[in-house]
Amino acid sequence: MSIEPASIRHFPAAHPLPDWRNLGVLLRTLLGINALAALLALAQVAAGAAGSGGGPAPAWPAAWAGRYLELTVGVEPHLFLLGVLLAGGRDLLWRLPLRLAQALVTLLAGGLAVALTAWAAALGIGDGAAGPAALLAMAAWAVLLGYFDLRARAHSPALAEARLAALNARIRPHFLFNSLNAVLSLIRARPQQAENALESLADLFRAALRDPGKLVALGDEIELGRQYLELEKLRLGERLTVDWQIGQISPATPIPPLMLQPLLENAVYHGIEPSPAGGCIRIAIDHPRAGDRRELRLSIGNPLPPVAGGRATHAAGNRIALDNIRERLRLYYDLEARLSIESRPDAYQVNIVLPCPPPPL
Amino acid sequence: MSASAPLNLLLVDDEAPARERLRVLLGDIAGQLPNCVAGEAANGREALAWLNARAAAGEPVDGVLADIRMPGMDGIELASHLALLPQPPAVIFTTAYDNYAVQAFDLAAVDYLLKPVRAQRLLTALQKLPARLPAPQLHQLATTVGQAWRGGGRSHLSCHERGRLLLIPVEEILYLRAEQKYVTARTLEREYLLDESLAQLEAEFGARFLRLHRAVLVAPAAVAGFEKAAGDDAEAYGWALLRGVPEKLPVSRRLWSTVRQSLA
Repeated sequence: MSIEPASIRHFPAAHPLPDWRNLGVLLRTLLGINALAALLALAQVAAGAAGSGGGPAPAWPAAWAGRYLELTVGVEPHLFLLGVLLAGGRDLLWRLPLRLAQALVTLLAGGLAVALTAWAAALGIGDGAAGPAALLAMAAWAVLLGYFDLRARAHSPALAEARLAALNARIRPHFLFNSLNAVLSLIRARPQQAENALESLADLFRAALRDPGKLVALGDEIELGRQYLELEKLRLGERLTVDWQIGQISPATPIPPLMLQPLLENAVYHGIEPSPAGGCIRIAIDHPRAGDRRELRLSIGNPLPPVAGGRATHAAGNRIALDNIRERLRLYYDLEARLSIESRPDAYQVNIVLPCPPPPL
Repeated sequence: MSASAPLNLLLVDDEAPARERLRVLLGDIAGQLPNCVAGEAANGREALAWLNARAAAGEPVDGVLADIRMPGMDGIELASHLALLPQPPAVIFTTAYDNYAVQAFDLAAVDYLLKPVRAQRLLTALQKLPARLPAPQLHQLATTVGQAWRGGGRSHLSCHERGRLLLIPVEEILYLRAEQKYVTARTLEREYLLDESLAQLEAEFGARFLRLHRAVLVAPAAVAGFEKAAGDDAEAYGWALLRGVPEKLPVSRRLWSTVRQSLA
């Protein structure tokens, strides 16, 4: 199948002017502005305590909370309106030179503060001092933009891509050499099967060495997973059984590369190989809610064979591979993808929920 | 062995294609070194059962080609148990890729074949069948690699009884007790006499057993309770009662309070 794979060079975290439609960015903005408001409230309480000089002042935590609540009455509507404006004007802002766009956002914050104060004064609430409110809003947003700028530099595309490349290109050498050995055993007796196996091996390596910044079609990723499991079946024979449950999904859905195969490799390595009797790997791919195509769920489950003397290294091995995928999900989607683990003494399951399609960039 | 008699070999690998490949290679080198694949096994336990039967029939094999990482029982542990057979075969290890094991083997100067194995390399290895490693060294290797793989020592202990090799799963052992010359291992069913020192066993399985006395290690889950000894009892300060078996184990005065705390 062929789709034009969307580039994901624009990692959500990687633009100095962040994507205000991204959940992670909104959350960070919300927390950042409220933290600044809380800090301001604390400063005012401290100044008040120093100025009042004795007298029965309320306990400072109560005073702080009170002052903070008073501030939020002004801060939250401002934050909400500005958020809407920025989400709407995102593409326009991205087209402007960075410094100009940053200045524009800051001025917009100030202007909105003036407008809100004037409106509040017209309704008879607030003290109507527009100047300080505007300056405070501009200062807070300057700090916030500075933070996103720094964050973008820390996640610069070059760096993110280098990290992705390092994270992607990992096929266990254990698997490679055992597979080569299995293919060698086939060459004389079953040359046709040996050819197929080598072709699959080539596909796996092509996938591992592919540009990690490009999304791939879900259907291709599933095919890669099947090829991988065929190779493992060659080695493990009847010990490995596989149960695919693929729901009403579109094979053209773009997803980040190598989301499935490393998890399958994990499942084989920790769930099947240590068991003389083997077991079944279950793969389910579907939309988590029927009819809702905005999210895609992948889950991979494997049995955990009892191991005499403990399972310490298994847990550790699993964690490394999962940390790897978690890090990649963060680079691709920031906070919008979820990875969860269901771990029982005798079974292990990894669930990944991806937004789909990913935010258009 | 005489120069003309073919080498009798056992192939042990959990992957059927890997055994198949060795068979083909052995066929290729049969002209230079007559050999015969006497059997195949998928893991260490199967291999030991097979070897026991062969030994009982009076047909020992000359060599075992054993994969290092196998489910059930790995190749290194297999080799350490093999050492107790009446006519132990030489063991040649094979591995596709295993950092821990290869490092441990290099340190111990133990030879191994890397998979995919080359016919020439296999021939060389079989021509100078390695001298059997001493059992303590194999125990040490099995412990090192077992620690890295499982976070524990061997999965089984072995003992030698009337020409047969018996395997005792470590998780079934209730206690280990040093007698005059031997160490006995007790499971729910019976006692086994081991040819290993309690100090070695404690070093290997320290995380699994608790010391009660100079001569006693117990599996914590097997302890049902404690009772104080009569004041004039010279043998023990107190006794540990066990689940499922009638014996009582002595607890020394020095360890009494720490043992009771850790099992409370």
